[in-house]
Amino acid sequence: MNNVFVYCEIEGVHVADVSLELLTKGRKLANQLNCQLEAIVAGTGLADVEKQILPYGVDCVHVFDAPGLFPYTSLPHTSILVNLFKEEKPQICLMGATVIGRDLGPRVSSALTSGLTADCTQLEIGDYEDKKNGIVYKNLLYQIRPAFGGNIVATIVNPEHRPQMATVREGVMKKEIIDEAYQGTVVRHDVAKYVPETDYVVKVIDRHVEKAKHNLKGASIVIAGGYGMGSKEGFDMLFELAKELHAEVGASRAAVDAGFCDHDRQIGQTGVTVHPKLYIACGISGQIQHIAGMQDAGIIISINNDPNAPINTIADYVIDGNVEVVVPKLIKYYKKNSK
Amino acid sequence: MSLKIVVLAKQVPDTRNVGKDAMNADGTINRAALPAIFNPEDLNALEQALRLKETHPGSVVTILTMGPGRAAEIIREGLYRGADNGYLLTDRAFAGADTLATSYALAMAIRKIGDYDIIIGGRQAIDGDTAQVGPQVAEKLGLPQITYVEEIEEVADKHIRVKRHIDGGVETVEGPLPIVLTVNGSAAPCRPRNAKLVQKYKRALGGQEKAALTKDGGVLPYAALYESRPYLNIVEWSVSDVNGDTKQCGLSGSPTKVKKIENIVFQAKESKTLTGSDADVENLIVELLANHTIG
Repeated sequence: MNNVFVYCEIEGVHVADVSLELLTKGRKLANQLNCQLEAIVAGTGLADVEKQILPYGVDCVHVFDAPGLFPYTSLPHTSILVNLFKEEKPQICLMGATVIGRDLGPRVSSALTSGLTADCTQLEIGDYEDKKNGIVYKNLLYQIRPAFGGNIVATIVNPEHRPQMATVREGVMKKEIIDEAYQGTVVRHDVAKYVPETDYVVKVIDRHVEKAKHNLKGASIVIAGGYGMGSKEGFDMLFELAKELHAEVGASRAAVDAGFCDHDRQIGQTGVTVHPKLYIACGISGQIQHIAGMQDAGIIISINNDPNAPINTIADYVIDGNVEVVVPKLIKYYKKNSK
Repeated sequence: MSLKIVVLAKQVPDTRNVGKDAMNADGTINRAALPAIFNPEDLNALEQALRLKETHPGSVVTILTMGPGRAAEIIREGLYRGADNGYLLTDRAFAGADTLATSYALAMAIRKIGDYDIIIGGRQAIDGDTAQVGPQVAEKLGLPQITYVEEIEEVADKHIRVKRHIDGGVETVEGPLPIVLTVNGSAAPCRPRNAKLVQKYKRALGGQEKAALTKDGGVLPYAALYESRPYLNIVEWSVSDVNGDTKQCGLSGSPTKVKKIENIVFQAKESKTLTGSDADVENLIVELLANHTIG
């Protein structure tokens, strides 16, 4: 009772990376709260799935294995969480801010009238004082996220309602195995007790999932372009530089919204989080929502003709100049000196 | 088969074009400095609804929005593009709502509208980016949902088939009507305003807008029109109009509380400023190569 729960997302029979990252974060939160970490996994053909989950320090895995639970559809997975939570009364529930998590989380929170905060970038434990009613709440989950287009950072709490729910994007938390032989219990539930037959009304009739075209998340060098690149053609020179440096190309939200670059290359709170050793920001002003996705970069170079661009304050090198002049020079002098 | 479609739309501050004066010195938002716009993905949703109206003659598209009196603008914008009517949920009791209290109010209004086959909105609004209201409305109404919709392929025999985006791919999904859908920004863009419809609806006003025009003893321009052409009166609904419970609305109906809002100040690093000159760029490259940052 009153434990930390993580919903583990499944593709085929594999637990998604974002879920393993959240298990790692969930373990730390559970240690701080002196409670247990539990995981929920629902799909089809999930024999041995616990082997992927227990090493992250999970004390109990709830397995729901039945035909019709993969591919994911909203209603059966909602019933599983809602009915399990009525029994288990978790204090915290975390899920990935993926297409699945952002479909499932709000539906569950509505059914349980519990608050949900989307796309958190930090999760902490702390107290909250409701000054108006003179109540102090101990050990709440601080759900911290940029808001308002990334112009502010808000700390959200759910004082009265349980579970405290939050979604987190892939790559924001780090996954870390605690112990390959970690001992936890496995409960295989009777799915029919949790999911009425009438829940299987939406049917997936066709499905194509491809491997990502790029490895932005794991890239050691990232060249990112912003609205200052001016056009889709402007991004061509970033791809050229990336090819030379064996880097990946990313983009700010403004550049993606303007159609300069594909959405799947967006870096930031609502896109990919990157941890490269070198980050070259080209024509990016640096709103919080962008910086949330790249602030852990080792060395940051900002190329910008606006000396007051916010990103310059966190850059190691600021090149005061126009991207269309500086980027070709980077290519030229890299070619000259790397040989 | 004609369809009853409710489009959920929100008036939002344009957070994509935030100037330097958008934040007050105390870290709060200076809303006056941000233009109010039709939430972009709600326009994508409206387009899907208008396409269904074309392929299913006799269908009715209703815009539902919640906000202050000036949010009647959203309904006018919908009418200009082909919607048939609209309702503005407006009441002080709705203020400060988080997504759950918002979806409660919208669900009560949809119950009041009563007759619906498809409820459709944008995936998320740009001021919160939460993507929560669509699924929460669906749950409150006890309806199935399909989120991240790219295109409605077919509606027939009380069934709908849509193409939707999932992480790293696409799905084709079928479900029964009535249903709640949320639409991505990458779906077809909304058609522009129709000149004839702009002529027809340009004087459409909500009650609060009329009150603002007539306060201090002013006379409502074209007052007679609002009696001869009832469609120019944008209907406003309060909490009691939709039989809402005020405890479930606004701030009191919101389980999430904002503990703290910060205007972020970055931990400034000691940075080296270079010019874009050939010498500076070459020195930087040489330095990065020497310390093996690049290979």
